[in-house]
Amino acid sequence: MTTATETPQVVTTARSKELVLDVDGLKMYFPITRGLLKRKVGEVKAVDGVSFKMRRGETLGLVGESGCGKTTVGRCISRLYKPTAGTILFNGEDITTMPEKEFRPRRRDISVIFQDPYGSLDPRQSAGSIVGEPLKIQGMVETKEDYLERVEALFGKVGLDPDLMGRYPHEFSGGQRQRIGIARALANDPSLVICDEPVSALDVSIQAQIINLLMDLREGSSGLSYIFIAHDLSVVKHFSDRIAVMYLGRIVEITTPEELYDNPLHPYTRALLSAVCVPDPDIEAARERIVLQGEVPSPVNPPSGCTFHARCPIATPECRTTIPTLKELGDDHEVACLHIQ
Amino acid sequence: MSTQTGIQTPACDIRPAGELLRVNDLQTEFKVEGGIVHAVNGVSYTVNEREIVGIVGESGCGKSVSQLSVIQLIRKPGRIVGGEVWFEGDNLLKYDSKGAEMRAIRGAKIGMIFQEPMTSLNPVLTIGRQLTESLELHLDMKRKESRKRAAELLNLVGIPSAETRLDDYPHQFSGGMRQRVMIAIGVACQPRMLIADEPTTALDCTTQAQLLELMLSMIEGCRGSLVLVTHNLGVVARYANRIYIMYAGKIVEQGLCRDIFYRPQHPYTVGLLNSVPRLDEERGRRLVPIEGTPPNLIGMPDRCAFYPRCPERGEQCRLQPWPELEPVEGEGHMARCYMRAGRAEE
Repeated sequence: MTTATETPQVVTTARSKELVLDVDGLKMYFPITRGLLKRKVGEVKAVDGVSFKMRRGETLGLVGESGCGKTTVGRCISRLYKPTAGTILFNGEDITTMPEKEFRPRRRDISVIFQDPYGSLDPRQSAGSIVGEPLKIQGMVETKEDYLERVEALFGKVGLDPDLMGRYPHEFSGGQRQRIGIARALANDPSLVICDEPVSALDVSIQAQIINLLMDLREGSSGLSYIFIAHDLSVVKHFSDRIAVMYLGRIVEITTPEELYDNPLHPYTRALLSAVCVPDPDIEAARERIVLQGEVPSPVNPPSGCTFHARCPIATPECRTTIPTLKELGDDHEVACLHIQ
Repeated sequence: MSTQTGIQTPACDIRPAGELLRVNDLQTEFKVEGGIVHAVNGVSYTVNEREIVGIVGESGCGKSVSQLSVIQLIRKPGRIVGGEVWFEGDNLLKYDSKGAEMRAIRGAKIGMIFQEPMTSLNPVLTIGRQLTESLELHLDMKRKESRKRAAELLNLVGIPSAETRLDDYPHQFSGGMRQRVMIAIGVACQPRMLIADEPTTALDCTTQAQLLELMLSMIEGCRGSLVLVTHNLGVVARYANRIYIMYAGKIVEQGLCRDIFYRPQHPYTVGLLNSVPRLDEERGRRLVPIEGTPPNLIGMPDRCAFYPRCPERGEQCRLQPWPELEPVEGEGHMARCYMRAGRAEE
């Protein structure tokens, strides 16, 4: 684990040029309606022009504060939302506008792990049936024995006792429930798993168990890609090969975890990093603290130009009018800021 | 343990210099279906003047209940069954929870900030009314005067156009703004001590940083102490002077901030520190989780509650009752562990 060449996961990510996902100009606006006739009175610009590429086997972390659109990006990719504009190429195929019937066979390639281990499992379904349902729907099993064997294997894979298959969600702890959610996500043998805040509802000591499990699953597979959505920068940094920092519907910086920590360029990234506390008093005392003014503006009426300009310490009048685009600065490091060259 | 009335230190009226709060053997239990939960099971701690004390633990460890017990805000089926809470020379537990003495302390000498700014503000009262209430009650201010002071307070906590916002209701504020209002209420009467229970957990990172800094400057402004209850080790590393680590209703380790982080003694503290990913470390370090799950507090056997999850457990831990807090290396550094006790002498 010490050098990059020893870890198979790094080899597949850095060397594999094969794109699993290519998102271009993704926009998702939700209409605000009012009155009996549902007249449209405005729009929530949840995602406003997001583009990124993901290589096979790579883990991309999406980080940002609430309302920045990170969950919406994940939901667009998993086709839970139909985007307003932009394209999503999955394994080279445009899945943005593909009819559901045509998409169905590809559905098994994308899975989602949800945040809330309490709300995301059907309370009236046994754990075994929750995990096994995708197998049935996707027609991946022929016989009952085959089905049971597969479900048992999945339970084992996520560290649950297969004897608990007949139990119901309320009989499990939060950490165990999240394991059930992970087993369900893996049942259809996906190539892309979207993890939406998979550990934020869990206690600190349980978080580590789930993070380790997700890492083991990645290493034990051939080319499983994760999109890891979280607000906790420490967790994202620990888990991801690349990190995209989002602010009000746009990606402001995208780079490797090391580069992000050692050399953050966007003023928002710097503020976000400084806001995270490190559990080490000496390091904490020495760290730079940037306290931002104000709050994240509403995505209903986002600021013009660079959406961060009102809170930005280096903003100039130009930032009010010009929308910055992501620019490549150095190796695998893109920033969207007019003043960072 | 629970039958003890908890008189360990006889006369607490003679306080050591600088000591503001001394909690002795506090016990709070909840009667629930299936048994009694000893949520706070003999907790003792002190808060000195102008000190920031961190109380750290995971959900269900009793950290919040211990704080609510100190200010007697425990509702049925909960009950404080033992212990003493010495605050400025008075044992608060001898007062009736709804009596005049307790009301004169709560919100005045001891301020409180709770986790959920959404639910801890009254939705049908204006922000102004909720602020002026404690000013009028505790500081005998008249309507006009209290309103002026309330606007000043809102201004202090960084709410723009404070004067007009006094007439707004909580739902018209964002989460961060509501927590600013909570801070304003918490420090309205210049408390000697502010209890902040997970004050920023429900908020975004950058807002968290803003509010923690704000809370600190406010409490420094009125020369008070701060009790910071949190599960976030990073936050206490940044702010706390001393730290108490709680597990299953008991304090398992206590000490100066540096001792807790650089010389942790209790296996649970060590486990917590190893299980969190850190921003400043290299990617790919294998986290060391604490195996198993937190204990069910109903019908726990009388032994170390961390025993089933402990990587260092020994035979003694299984057979004997919970050990007492024993001194270990470091000033005021104590841990509740058979395997670590006596290390100080070695």
